[in-house]
Amino acid sequence: MSNYVINHLKELESEAIFVIREIAAQFENPVLLFSGGKDSILLTHLAKKAFFPAKIPFPLIHIDTGHNFPETIAFRDDLVEKLGVKLIVGSVQEAIDKGRAKEETGADASRNSLQIVSLLDTLEDHKVDAAMGGARRDEEKARAKERFFSHRDEFGQWDPKNQRPELWNLFNGRKNYGEHFRVFPISNWTEMDVWEYIKLENIDLPSLYFSHKRDCVVRDGVILANSEFIKLKEGEEVVNMTIRYRTCGDMPITGAVESEADNLDKIIEEIATTRTTERGGRADDKRAETAMEDRKKQGYF
Amino acid sequence: MDYQNIELLRFTTAGSVDDGKSTLIGRLLYDSKSIFQDQLDAVEESSKSKGFDYVDLSLLTDGLKSEREQGITIDVAYRYFATPKRKFIIADTPGHIQYTRNMVTGASTANLAIILIDARKGMLEQTHRHAFIASLLRIPHAIVCVNKMDLVDYSEEVYNTIVSDFKAFSSKLGIKDIQFIPISALNGDNVVNRSENMAWYQGSTLMYHLETVHISSDHNLVDCRFPIQSVIRPHTLENQDYRGFAGRIDGGVFKPGDKVKSLPSGFVSTIKTIELNGEQIEEAFAPMSVTMTLEDEIDNSRGDMIVRENNVPEISQDLEVLVTWMSTKPIQARTKVVIKHTTNESIGMVKELKYKIDINTLHRIEGIDKVEMNDIARMSIRTAKPIFYDAYKRNRQTGSIIIIDEQTNETIGAGMII
Repeated sequence: MSNYVINHLKELESEAIFVIREIAAQFENPVLLFSGGKDSILLTHLAKKAFFPAKIPFPLIHIDTGHNFPETIAFRDDLVEKLGVKLIVGSVQEAIDKGRAKEETGADASRNSLQIVSLLDTLEDHKVDAAMGGARRDEEKARAKERFFSHRDEFGQWDPKNQRPELWNLFNGRKNYGEHFRVFPISNWTEMDVWEYIKLENIDLPSLYFSHKRDCVVRDGVILANSEFIKLKEGEEVVNMTIRYRTCGDMPITGAVESEADNLDKIIEEIATTRTTERGGRADDKRAETAMEDRKKQGYF
Repeated sequence: MDYQNIELLRFTTAGSVDDGKSTLIGRLLYDSKSIFQDQLDAVEESSKSKGFDYVDLSLLTDGLKSEREQGITIDVAYRYFATPKRKFIIADTPGHIQYTRNMVTGASTANLAIILIDARKGMLEQTHRHAFIASLLRIPHAIVCVNKMDLVDYSEEVYNTIVSDFKAFSSKLGIKDIQFIPISALNGDNVVNRSENMAWYQGSTLMYHLETVHISSDHNLVDCRFPIQSVIRPHTLENQDYRGFAGRIDGGVFKPGDKVKSLPSGFVSTIKTIELNGEQIEEAFAPMSVTMTLEDEIDNSRGDMIVRENNVPEISQDLEVLVTWMSTKPIQARTKVVIKHTTNESIGMVKELKYKIDINTLHRIEGIDKVEMNDIARMSIRTAKPIFYDAYKRNRQTGSIIIIDEQTNETIGAGMII
């Protein structure tokens, strides 16, 4: 540290903490969107650091599709208790029961886009004016153009052509009644940065991220966990495989990778040599070339 | 590779339409192996469906449906790659329509600017613009890449002419560190690998420059500036009296035991601790986010600033500012606005429009009655409360403001305090 330089992980940490503190200062009802994935776990960790020794001054919101991995829910409940932070759960099942959302049908049915309804309803119910998420710009091309402070109109929509310019460290969170912001404190992190930082800070993760044995179905080249939420198509069979997850979404749409990496060092080594992107296994992105852009415009995470 | 101990370099790429900017970025990503197979597959697929004979690397940086529909690029896209020496963030800004607004946005956080020149065309009006904005935003380092050298037979003479033309222009600008490199982004000459076609060029490759340019002195380490973001009060039994000031250091080096002064109150105290997450920090400097506690109970709040007793910033309600206008709605004198500066916010009034700068000739245009989108103009702004600032050339963080429309809440201007 003698020549007054901080390394890139510390610089990214410092930037994210600055943004998280800005959210807490500029908004009345901010929340953290918690998916149970590594990025939102990282975000929660950074929020803890930002306000220590005080507790995180905003609740976590989890949109429960009902199709989550059981490991994710157990991890979530444990973390919330440890941090002493409030958890709000928005239920997709409830939205379906109320007729607010309509379940997709067919073998590839997923509740991924149904989350948009529950998410927007939950944000409205709790009068949320800033929802921070763990999205990163390196994940996907629509996200490469996302701001730290991303303005949403009163319908929760994103307009990529009408974004506020962001200069220096000056974040403009001013808004009109009924509008809200999505804020992405770890915008500038790459998948590698996330893993290196998790290792550096010794952050706990759900067991899904580490190599384990599981009954799977291979569909269109994507390895999916066999579960009650998945209907086998003709010719498909259940195979026991050694896998791990690189991202963590709903059980029926999150693709696993075959992997023996059972600790952080092995995972980092695996990522350094891998030739596919992290979302390459996400069936939700494969529906169309612009799947993410389209969902983002409607108010997706 | 010791990935945990590398520095972060943020750079911006400025280029005009068709000068190969997207190809250069594609090349940097490709040659540094930052492109994944599924991304490459998608680009191959796109290239094929467009009827191209080759894989167009520039498609890697092609963005949204909304853009393709209109055949344009919308503002700034961010790209990432890393080598064993550094991690890089590219702010990729398009070179047309809203060029000034976008370039200024990308440049505001950059340590380095890559300015691209097409070897066949030489210096263009846009090149002047790019160089001027890099200097206006005080980007500490610039690399001028003379691209498409393959199309001028790798001619040393062509290269030398462009270099001397550029130097003649840039001598008026005051960019401290400028490097010149002849490249071919399409073929990879001097991008990551040394060119075998230009034995006459003795300098290093673009990647080598990016990996080794000295950036540790880019932050101000002299003038201690700590704008307070929020006050941390845990209200728990074990921390009843804890009062921490949360913020990011914008300049200087702070240590526990330092005598400090709070602005605007003027109260003097001593730093008790500097910490993050309970871990003690011995020396804190930009751009570190920390929590500071003081020996005395001082009623600081968001927008206040902690500085050294004997080195205080300017304190004034009258600002002289060079502003880039970012809104389609022009501004006239006597307009009420909101000013955001560090963690401070104030109502303000644009008192007087002094002159515009013609960014192609650098001439001043006096006697103006309005400032329009993409204009760069000098104006006087009066704020409702005092602002604690340094000149932008001394500190990019404490010397910058954004101007916000009071009605729409849009960010409409970016200002550098003179």
